[in-house]
Amino acid sequence: MSARLLRVTEVAPLTPLVTRFRFEDPDGAPLPLFSGGAHVVVEMPDEGVLRRNAYSLISAPDDGSGYEIAVRREDTGRGGSRYMHSQVTPGTLMTVTSPVNLFSLDLRARKHVLIAGGIGITPFLSQLRQLARMQAPFELHYAARSRAEAAGLAFLPSAPNIHLHISDEGNRMDLGAILTGQPLGTHVYTCGPEGLITSVEQAAARLNWPKAALHSEAFLSPPPGKPFDVTLARSGRTLTVGPNQSLLEALEAAEIDIPWSCRGGACGQCETAVTACHGRIDHNDHWLSDDDRAAQQKIMPCVSRFQGQHLAIDR
Amino acid sequence: MTQVTFSPSIKTRPVYAPLQSQGDAPAILLCEGDGALAILDLAARDASVLGRAHLIHIPAGTAHGPRLRALGARMYHEAPSFEALAARYGKALADATMSTRLYLAGTEGLIAKATAAALAAGLPHQAIQAEHRGSIARRMQCVHCKGVTEEVTTDPFTCSHCGLTLFVRDHFSRRLGAFQGVCVDAETPGDVPATQEIRP
Repeated sequence: MSARLLRVTEVAPLTPLVTRFRFEDPDGAPLPLFSGGAHVVVEMPDEGVLRRNAYSLISAPDDGSGYEIAVRREDTGRGGSRYMHSQVTPGTLMTVTSPVNLFSLDLRARKHVLIAGGIGITPFLSQLRQLARMQAPFELHYAARSRAEAAGLAFLPSAPNIHLHISDEGNRMDLGAILTGQPLGTHVYTCGPEGLITSVEQAAARLNWPKAALHSEAFLSPPPGKPFDVTLARSGRTLTVGPNQSLLEALEAAEIDIPWSCRGGACGQCETAVTACHGRIDHNDHWLSDDDRAAQQKIMPCVSRFQGQHLAIDR
Repeated sequence: MTQVTFSPSIKTRPVYAPLQSQGDAPAILLCEGDGALAILDLAARDASVLGRAHLIHIPAGTAHGPRLRALGARMYHEAPSFEALAARYGKALADATMSTRLYLAGTEGLIAKATAAALAAGLPHQAIQAEHRGSIARRMQCVHCKGVTEEVTTDPFTCSHCGLTLFVRDHFSRRLGAFQGVCVDAETPGDVPATQEIRP
């Protein structure tokens, strides 16, 4: 994964829970440009554990003067967002990967419908800048619990095609109404909680939408769980994966070379063959097919865990 | 006429399956000639498919019209050719939404032209179903002059635009709605293989 050391130049609260961070090259060199919906992975050396979290870029895709992300503090999470909120200040140097996009706009679309729930607004903030440049027809539907918690508000102009759905104000999002009557060539993009993505898929299915016109992104953080042992088939070594560690992090801690990109179960880079499995793999990813999951011959080490007697993988 | 079984070919060669009802979703149904029989079969399996349907028929010398009209689609229209339908079909696509399904039945040429127009209008190809009925004549694009020759039944054939002798490939362009014809004697002019009838 190509990465560079960048300096944090701005740390600004957007809401009580969400903070914006800006990264620039320490020598002022321009950074690679990206496309709307791209993310970077930020490395955090947190008390001996090297955490790597993926964050959507919220700055303009055609602006190489810096990268900006918005991080929501998750107090019950594994610690990455807490680290960003408590340890990172202007001047901090951090390793940031080059942008990767798993949630790009489909350029064949004639109209784009963007549906955001909560912090899921982040990838759309860069997409909106791209849509403005392309002068492409779009509508944005942004659902949040309250205005105070809606981190995206500061970036959204008041426009007739930008719709806010604030549940505290009784203005809930009606997915059926949003998806009804959309013209041919419309593509729908959803980012937010798993429940929102499922609801959009169900509403679209009821209205006969072809699946190819639906796109979504949900970055998962690796869920904690019971510790488990894994045998590395190539060397015969056995590692223990801790309760707050992912299998990918355990492999990295043991200096096993393994490719990765999103670290959230979406991109497929870290897919690993399972050579023996006596027990059950908890597939937490969005990558493997239902058949692959049932066969238990592949695992996504970034988010998936194991329960049972014996697991061996081809690493 | 029963359905034709096409021989296995490369991935880009279109394949056709019997039409499957998507229920009473808004639908455009377009059939040509004996393609009408595919629509009659579809309606016999699930009459609800016509509930919100715009049914368009090109008789092409057949007499299925009265039976199609009797199916009771929301709208029924007959036209002498696909070209004569351009304005009606274009308007139906312009008014369609992402819930609209397209059912096509007839020759490969009709299916190809109607599919290309629907894709150009923004209909996702997953919303398009096609069942082949009738002739296996092909719609061929000459890759050299880009002219399209309709109703090609022999291989090789003569391009009706530039006169080159073209080899009939299975390589199909979804965008153009045509198979690709390539000069058969480009390397050794005049060395043309014997003409044979196209097989399915």
